[in-house]
Amino acid sequence: MTSAEAPDIRAPRTQRTFGSSGRSNFELYSWLFMRISGLVLIFLVLGHLFIMNVLDGGVQRINFAFVAGRWSSPFWQVWDLLMLWLAQLHGGNGLRVIINDYAERDSSRMWLKAALYASMVLVLVTGTLVIFTFDPNIS
Amino acid sequence: MPTAPAGTLYRGREGMWSWVAHRITGALTFFFLFAHVLDTALVRVSPEAYDTVIATYKNPIVNLLEVALVGAVLYHALNGVRVILIDFWSKGPKYQQAMLWSIVAVWMLLMIPGVYFMLEHTVSAIFGGS
Ligand code: HEM
Repeated sequence: MTSAEAPDIRAPRTQRTFGSSGRSNFELYSWLFMRISGLVLIFLVLGHLFIMNVLDGGVQRINFAFVAGRWSSPFWQVWDLLMLWLAQLHGGNGLRVIINDYAERDSSRMWLKAALYASMVLVLVTGTLVIFTFDPNIS
Repeated sequence: MPTAPAGTLYRGREGMWSWVAHRITGALTFFFLFAHVLDTALVRVSPEAYDTVIATYKNPIVNLLEVALVGAVLYHALNGVRVILIDFWSKGPKYQQAMLWSIVAVWMLLMIPGVYFMLEHTVSAIFGGS
């Protein structure tokens, strides 16, 4: 079985071989992305939780009218859209790493990642569509 | 108890558990996000569909789950900053343990008033506030 390759980790301080090695820098960029998105998510996610759960009283206070009130402002629409994409890509990439760590068989890794990517696409597409097409007067 | 192998800052010690907790809180938050985005999508179905589902969340158990979610995300965020400092700040590895106790302290400082405000409604509903 030689499908989805296991991430092979070289000894620390191995000299990087440029060109012709066929390696990509994907893992480097994903490592960097985790840190940059994490910093932005501090404001977006902790701000969201603070407003919704601490100031506004949590799910007790939520209903359709509350959502309509919030999404009447482009500011919160942009906030939520950015938060959706960053959290989903950050969390999804984190889960990809976790799958690589624990799923040892090629086939289990492949199926788990297929399920992960499918769920990410579902959440991103549905979430984006809902924010863009929200209609406060839907009957 | 087996002792940690020599030459490791993390393994078998607080640092390892900070990583375990980071991983668990991250994964749980990701699963929560899945449910959260899909139930919010009900606003595109009808106000009634949305309000009916949200009504099932209005109970003390879900209120406690909200507190757990906020606690988990707050830990993950604070520890995330610690991880970033360990990676990018030249003195980060040296102070990793001090930073861990610092974020635990900040977590407590924020959670104590936070829990009060988050549970206020449930407590007054159960014990009959005005
Ligand atoms: C609130 C601000 C956040 C910050 C500062 C943050 C920071 C980080 C950092 C720096 C890492 C990389 C850890 C490492 O490479 O060892 C990480 C991993 C991770 N994060 Fe976050 N994160 C945040 C929010 C979130 C959210 C909202 C989710 C879920 C949707 C999430 C899920 C994950 C997962 C699943 C991992 C992988 C854990 C692992 O590999 O052990 N994070 N986070």
